[in-house]
Amino acid sequence: MGDLVLHLDGISKSFGGLSALSNVNLHVEEGTTHAIIGPNGAGKSTLLNVCIGRLKPDSGRVMFDGQELTGKQPHEIAQIGVARVFQTPEIFQEMSLLENVMLPAFAHRDGSFRFNANKLLSKQGEIRDEAEHILEDVGLKDQMMMEGGSLSRGDKRRLELGMCLILHPRLLLLDEPTAGMARHDTNQTIDLLKKIKSRGMTKVIIEHDMHVVFSLADKVSVLARGQIIADGNPDEVREDPKVKEAYLGGTQ
Amino acid sequence: MTDMKKPVLNDMLLLFIFSAVILLMPFWLEPFGAAYPDLLQKFAIYGIFAIGFNILLGLTGYLSFGHAAFLGVGSYAAVWSFKLLTMNVLPAVLFGVLFAGALAAIIGFLSLRRSGIYFSILTLAFAQMSYNLAYSVLTPITNGETGLQLDRSDPRILDRMFSEGEPAAGLPSTDLFGVTMSGYPGFYFCAVILIVCFFISIRIFRSPFGLMLKGIKSNQNRMQYTGLNTRPYMQTAFIISGMFAGLAGSLLAVTDPLAGAERMQWTASGEVVLMTILGGVGTLIGPILGAALIKYFENIFSSFNDTVLEQAFSFLPESVLDVVVPLMGLFVGSGWQLTLGLLFMVVVIFLPGGLVEGFNRIFKFIRSGKKRKGLVEPTQDQASE
Repeated sequence: MGDLVLHLDGISKSFGGLSALSNVNLHVEEGTTHAIIGPNGAGKSTLLNVCIGRLKPDSGRVMFDGQELTGKQPHEIAQIGVARVFQTPEIFQEMSLLENVMLPAFAHRDGSFRFNANKLLSKQGEIRDEAEHILEDVGLKDQMMMEGGSLSRGDKRRLELGMCLILHPRLLLLDEPTAGMARHDTNQTIDLLKKIKSRGMTKVIIEHDMHVVFSLADKVSVLARGQIIADGNPDEVREDPKVKEAYLGGTQ
Repeated sequence: MTDMKKPVLNDMLLLFIFSAVILLMPFWLEPFGAAYPDLLQKFAIYGIFAIGFNILLGLTGYLSFGHAAFLGVGSYAAVWSFKLLTMNVLPAVLFGVLFAGALAAIIGFLSLRRSGIYFSILTLAFAQMSYNLAYSVLTPITNGETGLQLDRSDPRILDRMFSEGEPAAGLPSTDLFGVTMSGYPGFYFCAVILIVCFFISIRIFRSPFGLMLKGIKSNQNRMQYTGLNTRPYMQTAFIISGMFAGLAGSLLAVTDPLAGAERMQWTASGEVVLMTILGGVGTLIGPILGAALIKYFENIFSSFNDTVLEQAFSFLPESVLDVVVPLMGLFVGSGWQLTLGLLFMVVVIFLPGGLVEGFNRIFKFIRSGKKRKGLVEPTQDQASE
């Protein structure tokens, strides 16, 4: 395995009196799929929100490929190459699927702001081809003229994944990519994620479904009550007594 | 909403038809009693105002309640250009646009820190502030309550430089290289600018920049986590929209070289909101339609009186006439706003997409009727936006 790409160093975050994360250290290696699991309310989503700049940690640093991400704006972090799929899909409901994917393609090509009002969308052949290609990858090309809002939840999730992939991110954060999906859709999503894995993109996945975790992850970290209690490859973690306790009982 | 499937040719056709309709207004508006230059100028000018407003509201979804400030600044800048430089309208229009753009940059910078109702309130506050300043502290620039007017003793540096002859007896009139900008020439000048503005608006709607603005309206979170900085996009849209308003303001001064602070009052800001919503927010022709309708009501409907009504209903028996005319009289003449209000309510409740949505429905209904009879081939949906 390669170098560290994401490195969380002593992250703490509390909301009022409630401590959501306390002194979390996490190391994600380049090219791996790293799963973060843990019971409800363990602080998993908070951790991702800290990574993408939605929340500011009370202390600690987030380092990505030698750059500090803490204190940066969300759009700056995204331009550095960190993309995120949300738990509830964040897409452009009123736009066609094609436009949904073309918009991030412009963000990737033109940076965080460009005043290109004198160009015509219909003449952006390259961007359009790339967008159609991505839509084919996520299996939505046939519906590309439909409105985003008309899709099923599973398809919205796939669309959002496509919107992130066209950004060519170096790190992809996935927040429960299969939550609320039927088994068939879940398997489809796993296949899709495996396909991306072969491209060598680093991924961090938050997941409840152990089936998903063990079919995808190279490394697993277990988060409970705001702390990492176990770290290692999937089989090691599965056998760890502390993990069993956190999941099965262990009230405090 | 899916603009992609519409070929460029369709837009050019739309622009061509639009130009023809606008330039031929003096003829086809004759039967409606609206074919006189003063009103036609207003159609064109408020059309420009609404197009610009729609670039902000229709694309980004930000509702400004202070666009009258830009209208007013455009007017003042134009009149000052007439007073200090020349009666030629081109510099006046240019200065109107520039000063409005500068003011929009400042107001936008401060107001765009907030969204939703807070943004609307901030813009309203800034516009009312401009209005009150124009009345009080800025009197040396705005001439307060009297309003800024032309004067025979104005310097008009450029005009004096190029004409040797003694100044004419009355006040000079605005011109475009010798053509006086009142009456029909004034209308055609405004109409050509309206067509140019309409073209710009089509291009913005169809550009990657326009797509970004639609993205802001649709999902700002997604925009940010996609790596897009939404602030400069909104700021640019706000400035463009303010410049359109300034252009409209300067044209008001071109057709009637006088600028008063009441142009900046909140009622003028509200009017452009009504125009845009009535016609259809986010559509290309809706705002112009709304602007024309409201100006038509204001000027034509308001002049109907009982005599006109009696003539219109003269086929009714006397006893019915005595009831109908006073009843209808409530809705015309000085009661024109009542009719407008009712119309507005009907549109907002039944046609949230404005009049354009209404036309689209009628259009679809007719076409589906034909299709059932097998008269036309089923075609791709190309509702005129």
